[in-house]
Amino acid sequence: MTTLSTKHLLGIKDLTADDIHLILKTAENFKEVINRPIKKVPSLRDITIANLFFENSTRTKLSFELAEKRLSADVVNFSSASSSVKKGETLIDTVNNILAMKVDMVVMRHPNPGAAVFLSKHIDAKIVNAGDGAHEHPTQALLDAFSIKEKLGSIKGKKIAIVGDILHSRVALSNIFCLQKLGAEVMVCGPTTLMPKYIHSLGVKVEHDLRKALEWCDVANMLRIQLERQEIKFFPSLREYTMLFGLNKELLDSLSKKIVVMHPGPINRGVEITSDVADSSQSIILEQVENGVAVRMAVLFLLAGRA
Amino acid sequence: MMKPRIILDSKHLDITVTRLCYQLIEIHNDFSNTVIIGLQPRGIYLAARIHKKLQEILKKKDIKCGSLDTTFYRDDFRQKELVPNKTNIDFIIEGKNVIMVDDVLFTGRTIRAGLDAMLAFGRPNDVELLVLIDRRFSRHLPIQAKYVGKTIDSIASEKVKVEWKETDGADKVTLLSNDK
Repeated sequence: MTTLSTKHLLGIKDLTADDIHLILKTAENFKEVINRPIKKVPSLRDITIANLFFENSTRTKLSFELAEKRLSADVVNFSSASSSVKKGETLIDTVNNILAMKVDMVVMRHPNPGAAVFLSKHIDAKIVNAGDGAHEHPTQALLDAFSIKEKLGSIKGKKIAIVGDILHSRVALSNIFCLQKLGAEVMVCGPTTLMPKYIHSLGVKVEHDLRKALEWCDVANMLRIQLERQEIKFFPSLREYTMLFGLNKELLDSLSKKIVVMHPGPINRGVEITSDVADSSQSIILEQVENGVAVRMAVLFLLAGRA
Repeated sequence: MMKPRIILDSKHLDITVTRLCYQLIEIHNDFSNTVIIGLQPRGIYLAARIHKKLQEILKKKDIKCGSLDTTFYRDDFRQKELVPNKTNIDFIIEGKNVIMVDDVLFTGRTIRAGLDAMLAFGRPNDVELLVLIDRRFSRHLPIQAKYVGKTIDSIASEKVKVEWKETDGADKVTLLSNDK
């Protein structure tokens, strides 16, 4: 296997296990590249990439931009706050106008689920989904898988608990697909109100007691409470959520084994995770960020290499 | 059908590698300011062989030898499928004399990519090229090797295959040509 089975990266659901292994293996090479004195390779010097962010982002946007620049691609950035989208232009028109300026790849984040799939059906460029609403966030899942593999040596047979706001989380859905394809066991943990109705159909374990979930798992991925996506109250108060589903040092130290703690960022310190846990030796949060650049380089490199 | 013809057998390959080592020692003395870099994927075996032999001859254990992958620097990326390999250079090449090692010198494009890739690790004082097989008259770029195991004349449709005991079971170099 030397090429991906897909032309775009729209979601983990479309990838095969071989695709994921290829991306992770290629990312290992790029991780070595970004730790060199000169962190740049000329692989994509003939490629222009447009980053279209119709929704706020710091980490993902920076990470993609760094990945593109370290591959020597030309980069154009766009964010909806300062664009003609506000004047009523449709998504296809916006993107086609950008493509008319000869862009080869599009990295897009959009608040609507399915926006990337929709775009891939209407325009002639390679699409990378950088998050579409509460649907998928494939590069986050890939970098999480890369980080787990780096820390624990393998993913197959490992137990991963995803804790928090499963209902609104694209990270959770992409992670579930990715980890299952790689042979891990996945458990989701959170308040009943933040569980999707059809969660059982994904083949994951569901737990509502944080301590039980943590005792079960090798890795805990603590998700952020996405207040911006919650138009109604899903739990009585943040303080109560923290008491029941927040991870603190006391709880972490009382477990029978040392688990790995992950967080996709941005962290709400003191809500889903306390500062001393986020900064502890068991946390690999900053490794996740570093690996994010390498994984995104691998994705862009492999997609560009595909005719 | 490709018809194989042996260019170097295991005995001759050993003699050739030994000769290359002595040529290197002639110029680089005790290798105190010289490092060896093998190009991925097939140059690393020759580099390892030369490295081992040099350490035996010089009775030294600290000669530096690394491997360098050129995939991300190639100009034929997107024309054919390329698989990246590991780069492992855990020493400083700034100001060093570098001996770049590959098994076969053909068009010169791999070496061109290798030179670019190497510069990401610093500015060497001097770079020399060592190859086991030099396929004459097939260069696309003005690149020549300083140390050559064996020079052969071949046409583009022929293939040179270098095999090593470590990976292929036996040391030998064969020329594969189309059956007429």
